[in-house]
Amino acid sequence: MAVAALKNDTLSPDRQVLFDYAVMLGDTALIHGQRLSEWTSHAPTVELDIALGNQALDLIGQARMFLEYAGKVEEAGRDEDALAFLRDGFDFRNLLIVELPNGDFGHTMARQFIMGVYSSLLYEALSASQDDQLAGIAKKAVKEQRYHARHGGEWLVRLGDGTEESHARAQRGLDELWPYTHELFTTDPVESAAAELGFGVDPSGLRAEWDGLVDDVLARAGLSRPEDDWQPDGGKRGEHTENLGYILAELQFLQRAYPGAEW
Amino acid sequence: MRRLPMQTSALPAPHAMPRERISKSKESNETMTDKNEWPLFEVFIRSKQGLAHQHAGSLHAADAEMAIENARDVYTRRSEGQSIWVVPSTAITATSPDDKSVLFDPADTKVYRHPTFYDVPDEVECL
Amino acid sequence: MNETTRDVVELGQWFDAYVADEKKIEPKDWMPDAYRKTLVRQISQHAHSEVIGMQPEGNWITRAPTLRRKAGLLAKVQDEAGHGLYLYSAAETLGVSRGQMDDGLLSGKDKYSSIFNYPTPTWADIGAIGWLVDGAAITNQIPLCRCSYGPYARAMIRVCKEESFHQRQGYEIMLRLSHGTAEQKRMAQDALNRWWWPAVMMFGPSDKDSAHSAQSMAWRIKRVSNDDLRQRFVDMTVKQADYLGLTMPDPDLKWNEERGHYDIGEIDWSDFWKVVKGNGPCNRQRLAHRQKAHDDGEWVRDAALAHANKRVARATRDAA
Ligand SMILES: [Fe+2]
Ligand SMILES: [Fe+2]
Repeated sequence: MAVAALKNDTLSPDRQVLFDYAVMLGDTALIHGQRLSEWTSHAPTVELDIALGNQALDLIGQARMFLEYAGKVEEAGRDEDALAFLRDGFDFRNLLIVELPNGDFGHTMARQFIMGVYSSLLYEALSASQDDQLAGIAKKAVKEQRYHARHGGEWLVRLGDGTEESHARAQRGLDELWPYTHELFTTDPVESAAAELGFGVDPSGLRAEWDGLVDDVLARAGLSRPEDDWQPDGGKRGEHTENLGYILAELQFLQRAYPGAEW
Repeated sequence: MRRLPMQTSALPAPHAMPRERISKSKESNETMTDKNEWPLFEVFIRSKQGLAHQHAGSLHAADAEMAIENARDVYTRRSEGQSIWVVPSTAITATSPDDKSVLFDPADTKVYRHPTFYDVPDEVECL
Repeated sequence: MNETTRDVVELGQWFDAYVADEKKIEPKDWMPDAYRKTLVRQISQHAHSEVIGMQPEGNWITRAPTLRRKAGLLAKVQDEAGHGLYLYSAAETLGVSRGQMDDGLLSGKDKYSSIFNYPTPTWADIGAIGWLVDGAAITNQIPLCRCSYGPYARAMIRVCKEESFHQRQGYEIMLRLSHGTAEQKRMAQDALNRWWWPAVMMFGPSDKDSAHSAQSMAWRIKRVSNDDLRQRFVDMTVKQADYLGLTMPDPDLKWNEERGHYDIGEIDWSDFWKVVKGNGPCNRQRLAHRQKAHDDGEWVRDAALAHANKRVARATRDAA
């Protein structure tokens, strides 16, 4: 049952970092999976309904593992559902990019590709975590994310190279998302502490490889890399866009309307 | 007019029927594909190392890579696969049902190809 | 009677005897035109139902009450999309194209199961659909695994394997609700009240009134009569409802000792026909949703094809 518990104030600073770090990874996967699942029955083909649903399931699965683990670390009686359904926006630590609306299929594929490459690199590094739980989740998740990167990348190439309209749409999706990619590589205090303690990854170190992999696909797709100007951030510390409130209103409706009920 | 067999147990498959004699019936096995439709691929899946690929069904995809992606999501969601082949349906050459009797029936009478054709006393083992 | 007509008539009799002998028909085999047409109609209608069926349940994916439920529901809806695809591919072996079937659905020419024209206003509807609608569908589909047309029978075997989790998923939701708080129990009862009769009607009118039933039975496309299937479903479901502690919305429902089956009250077929004719609560919404997805996706489908063609052209040019 999802029970709202107060914060555990007796948690040691190291455990607090571990909790925050697991929540951060869990929240990004959760909100991303939630967004992606909105596509169900709206996709360009029934085959893509299944494909996007599969990727949403991967993300929700990752979210469950990270959040369940965070709850255990916290020792305050919160499980995956308490963390997913009974926190308000300022306690969510997800990246801003995953809370943006889906846009059209070009926009969604651009995000799947951007996040697929990023998460593959992140989880690959996290597989070497000194925390066995995090390493275990990462080892499973890295395979899933590599597939998302491949699937999204192939689609970006099809759209970029396809028709004039598809090229324009893919480029627009990329342009709209690009500012939010910078946050992927900023180092939050939780991330630097987690990296120092040997169980987390400092994402700034992933940038060069990400750039290379992304540039390769953009070149194949004939899409141009957008300019780096506006660089919004804040998601990792709970400062979100207006979108998150609506996502949570939908996600959390039943748990909020029927407090304490089991489902 | 060839006599149609009356006993169902002795019936040949319908493809053994003289189709040329009913060619005026407007039966068409060619799938109509309009220009904007993604082509059809046949999907073959190896469910386990050590087993051969088996036909699983067909699906539409714009290109072979997409056919692999679709096959993975459509036919292997429950770990049914270790390996996938996709083949454009148009690339498959198949025997015609009309040829079935000509191609396959002659083998039916060659019983000497089966071990049970040969009489060996029960006492002799390992044969 | 000229030579050709006589041949077709004799072939037809011969075909009837062949399928009556439980032999299977494969795509390129000779078959009567009417057999082909019946199959195309039934299989494409079945496929459309799976695809439209994604909507009422998809409606709750983003609002599922726990992450476990969200994953289960998403996987289920995804399966339904897969079922649609297995069936479309079976229908295509009969010479109809996917595009023709899409047109048939979107133009309103083809039907799909009326059950999906009812709304899902509460979470309990997700439980009721899995339990009752998938339950009825499975009852219908198990005999189809023995259908005389090979590709349809094979698709149904795959579908039935996957369906088994759908009904359990739904029943588990109902179980949790009916044993939950008073509000949850009310939600469960309300959903049962709304879904019971439409589910009972999923088996179609009594065979006495069904135009196609006799021929389909003879051709081994249909294996069990509508009424027999309905009875199976009712007998099985009444006990499951008892276990939930919910009340069936049928005051005339009672055990008939003599028949060894449950009797149910009079079915209100006027409601059924109203929905079939397009005037159910969600007919227009479901089709408009499908149409929008189709229209919104057109540029994507075109782009993929254009890219594939360009690639072929480039390869040819490089080879030259
Ligand atoms: Fe289904
Ligand atoms: Fe189902």
